[in-house]
Formats: sequence, C-alpha cells, structure tokens
Amino acid sequence: MQEATAPSSTTPKFQPKKQKRNSELKKRLWRNKWLYVMLLPGVLYFIIFKYLPMYGLVISFQDYKPYQGITGSEWVGMEHFKRLFAEPEFFNILKNTLILFGLNLFIYFPVPIILALMLNELRGHFFKRLFQTLVYLPHFMSWVIIVSITYVMVTMDGGIINELLVYFGFNKINFLLSPGWFRPMYILQVIWREAGWGTIIYLASIAAIDPGLYEAARMDGAGRLRQVWHITLPAIRGVIITLFILKIGHVLDLGFEHVYLLLNSMNREVAEIIDTYVYTAGLRQGQYSYSTAIGFFKSVIGLIMVMLVNRISKKMGEEGVY
Amino acid sequence: MVEDRSISGRIYAAINFTLLAIIALITVLPFIHVVAGSFTTNAELAANKFVLIPKVWSLDAYKFIFSTNTIFRAMGVSIGVTLIGTLFSMLVTALMAYGLSRKDLDGRKAVNFLVVFTMLFNGGLIPTFLVVKELGLIDSYAALILPSAISAFNMIILKNFFQNIPEGLEESAKIDGCNDFGILFRIVLPLSMPAIATISLFYAVTYWNTYLTAILYLNDSIRWPIQVLLRQIVVLASGLDHSSTLDGTVPPPDQTIKMAVIVVATLPILMVYPYLQKHFAKGAMLGSMKG
Repeated sequence: MQEATAPSSTTPKFQPKKQKRNSELKKRLWRNKWLYVMLLPGVLYFIIFKYLPMYGLVISFQDYKPYQGITGSEWVGMEHFKRLFAEPEFFNILKNTLILFGLNLFIYFPVPIILALMLNELRGHFFKRLFQTLVYLPHFMSWVIIVSITYVMVTMDGGIINELLVYFGFNKINFLLSPGWFRPMYILQVIWREAGWGTIIYLASIAAIDPGLYEAARMDGAGRLRQVWHITLPAIRGVIITLFILKIGHVLDLGFEHVYLLLNSMNREVAEIIDTYVYTAGLRQGQYSYSTAIGFFKSVIGLIMVMLVNRISKKMGEEGVY
Repeated sequence: MVEDRSISGRIYAAINFTLLAIIALITVLPFIHVVAGSFTTNAELAANKFVLIPKVWSLDAYKFIFSTNTIFRAMGVSIGVTLIGTLFSMLVTALMAYGLSRKDLDGRKAVNFLVVFTMLFNGGLIPTFLVVKELGLIDSYAALILPSAISAFNMIILKNFFQNIPEGLEESAKIDGCNDFGILFRIVLPLSMPAIATISLFYAVTYWNTYLTAILYLNDSIRWPIQVLLRQIVVLASGLDHSSTLDGTVPPPDQTIKMAVIVVATLPILMVYPYLQKHFAKGAMLGSMKG
C-alpha cells in the first residue's frame, strides 16, 4: 500500500497523466493481490506441464541424449523431419490414423444423432429415462474396461462370441489377432462406449424446439417421420455442424489408450497410429528426438485444422467454435 | 406433445420402442455377461456357454483374486489417487477459476489465452515425459496427479459458472471485511455446489480411469493402479503380449478370474453411477454453453 501511494503524495500537483494511470494500476494490483495468489498454482501448472513441454519441442531439431539434456545435445536441424517424410512406415502410420479418423467421422458420427432422434420420439417418461440410463453407462468405463470386456467375450479360448459361432456351425474367428478385424472392432467399441453419451447435446437442443411447430405440422397432416425430417433435424442443424467441425479439428487425435490397448504384434500393420508410434519409438526404443518430431508434426496439423474449420464455420454463418 | 393414436402412429411407436430396447440391451449385455461369468466356475463357463444365468454359482474367482494382496494394493492406489487427486485438482481449479472470473483483474485476458491455447496445441508425449522426469516424479504417485492436475475445459466451465454469480454478493462481503479467499470459500463456493459436484465427478472418473499416465510414469509394478493391473491380467495374459512384461511361462488366468477382476475394477463406478449420470448430464450442458 505504502509503495503504491507514495509517488502521488509527494508530487500531487504536477502529476503527469501516465504516472497517475500507473499509480492507479499499482493500487488495483495491490487491492487484487489475493486474486493473484489464487491464480499462482494454476499458472504454474500450465507453465510447467503445458508450456515447458512446448519449449521441449526443440529437441526435435536436436540429437537429444538424456545425459546431455536440452542444452547439451547436438543440433541437427531438420534432419528428423526429413527422415520422417522419407520413411515409408510413416506414411503407413499416417494412413492408419486417417482411416480410423474417417471411420469416426462417417460411421460413428451419425449414430448419436439417430439415437437422439429415436429417444426423442419415445413417449412415456419412464422408458426414456431407463434407456438413457442404460446407454450412457459405457461412457464412464475406462478404455481398459471396455477393451477387457471385449477380450473376454471374443477370445478364442472360451469367449462367448466364438462359442456361439461354433454353436451355429461357423468357424472360430481370431478377432484379436486378425488385422482385418481391427478396424471393425475399433469402431464398434467407439460406438458402444460413446454413442449413448453423445446423444446428450442433441437431446438438449431438441428439447428447446417450440412444440407449436409440431402442432402446426400435424395440422398440415405431416406424419411422425415427416415431422422428424422437416422440424427436428433442421432445428439441430447448427449443433450438428458445430460438433462435426470439432471432430474434424481433432483429425489426428484418436485417443492413444484405446488403440494402444487393441494393438498387438499381429495387427500392427493396420493398428499402429501416430500416437502409439510416438510412444513405442520414443519411450520404448529411446528415439526421443525422432518421435518428438512426429508428435510435433501431429500437433501442428491439429492446430491448423482447428483454425481452418473454425474459419470455415464462421464463413458458413455458423458460430465459431473457439 | 399430444399422443398420436392412429394405427400408423402406434406401429411407428412400437417399432421405435423395440429398436431402442434392443439397442439398450446390447449396450448392457456385455456387462451382465461378465458379472454372471465372474460368479461361476471355469468348468461351468466352458461347458454351458451361457450368456446370462449360470447353473452353478461360485465365489472361487473372487476367493482367488483376493487370496494375494495384489488387487487390494492396486485398488488402494486407485482409491487414494482418486480421492487426493480430485481434492487437489478441485482446489487449484477453483482458485484459478475464481481469479479469472473477476472482471477487474489486470492480466486475466492473457492468462485466459494461456489456458485456451493449451487446448489447441501441446508439446506432446515425449517432451511432457521429459519434464516429468526432470522434476523427479517418475515412479511417484504424484506423477499420476500433478501432470494432469487441471483440465483447461473444467476450469473454463467453472469460471463461467462463477461469472454468473451476482457481483453484489461479493461486494457486500468485501464491505463486511472479507478478503478474496473469504469471499471464495464462504460465499462463492457454497453457491456453486452443483458445478463443484459436477466437476469433482469429472475429475474423479478421470483419476479412477487413469491408465496412460500410469504406464508412462510408473515402472514399478508395486505402484500400479487397478486399470494397469486389469490390463495386465486380461489383455497381456491372452497371449497378445506386446511389451514382454509377462514371460509366457505362467499359464493365462481363467476366464472367470479375468471377469472377476473386471467386475472389481468397474464396481466403484457402478456404485456412483446414479449420481454420475445426474451430474454429468448437467455438466455436459454447462460445457455446451459458450464461454
């Protein structure tokens, strides 16, 4: 307090404007001192665990050796990035990543919308709540639990799915090891875990629709399906577009855990994505700099995509997402 | 809405109901199958191929998994990390959110940007790992909490909630001689209990489901939380080893045992699920409001 008021009390008459503003700022800063104390742990967290790693991206331009550290490691310029684009394996991983992304976008994405429309058409409060309670459940299970349940159900020795296949006269299928089954299993698990929960946002915006619209449509003789098509769907168009954009923005973010849990030596050809590769090459094989370069590439593409789709959405007259 | 009593309307409703019932059933059937399977013997499971109701009931699988203290220890780690982590995350998140919710604070825009930017861009796995390592957190429980202590998303939801509290309340508290900590803990937090509950649950579920941070930062299997142990027992023991932690000389555990471990790891979530569902739905709504 003393410091902040001292200059103004010694030269009260000829105080330049700037100085006055300064002393007011100081006063305000002092008055809000406890607020800054409150911000401190959070700011420290973001600096240490978010911004220091961003600074750490410089090791993708170095030949990083753990014992030499960031300051002592040799600079190699763009070498790792050159290697990245020269390596056929990288393009395979990129392809795998994009295919899983495509499955998310074109197969998973419509499911919650359809499910929300169906739930909304349900009459009777009790069943609506019951069904919602049941389909939300898997969302709260970790990927480990989701994948584990799948494993015990589809395993070759004693899994119920394979037992049923045999019972109905089919051959057993090795779902877990076959590369051909990886993608279907992946997307089915995504649908199983997330589709129910994904309905929430749609249901909320459907609830906001004016009931009078349906009334008017019924007067005009529109059946239930036509009402869905001409009233409900157009009303939630904005939400659908916003969520679609968000999804595209996360083009390379497929969730490390889920894919890593499904990955094994037999399906690596189709299951290895950028995130799992960074983990394996970086932490298991110690190629810190090279795998950081791959992660850097991913982060930059992600940032560009988010900004791009945000701009497109604003151009289309929809609200921007960020 | 008025009930549609025409024949076509009824058929429509019946088809819709049936489809939804099937979908809901398929969603929960795997869970029920696993629970049922955990309460029978392996022979029964192999012989009768039941989906839901076994003929022979048995607690053998549970007796087996609780015969050593491995599961107890992993559950203890998970419960401890979840409780302490949630408290810690909530505290730092609320402090930061309150600071940023005050419009007269110089520099709040800059700090806000600092936070939002981390949602768009990040340093990635390896640089984060190196920071955690430099801090000496490897193989400590703190590594499961500190690196993910604040979720930018949760912080922004809470900040938006605080901003909607009438400023007059804070002003009058200030006149009564309350400092900012007093205002936050005596006035703002008690008024924000729905948001606090929602976000605590967000954090708690995240901590309980922790897997990635555990395999990144913990080498010592003594410290494993339940999720890592579960994966070790179910996935790796299925002969799909890709980290060569199991040497293959141990026969894979029985199906019933795997199922019992899954049930144990799921149980805490199932127990709080009614509350979860109520609050999470609200939280998702909060999150959908634009900040």
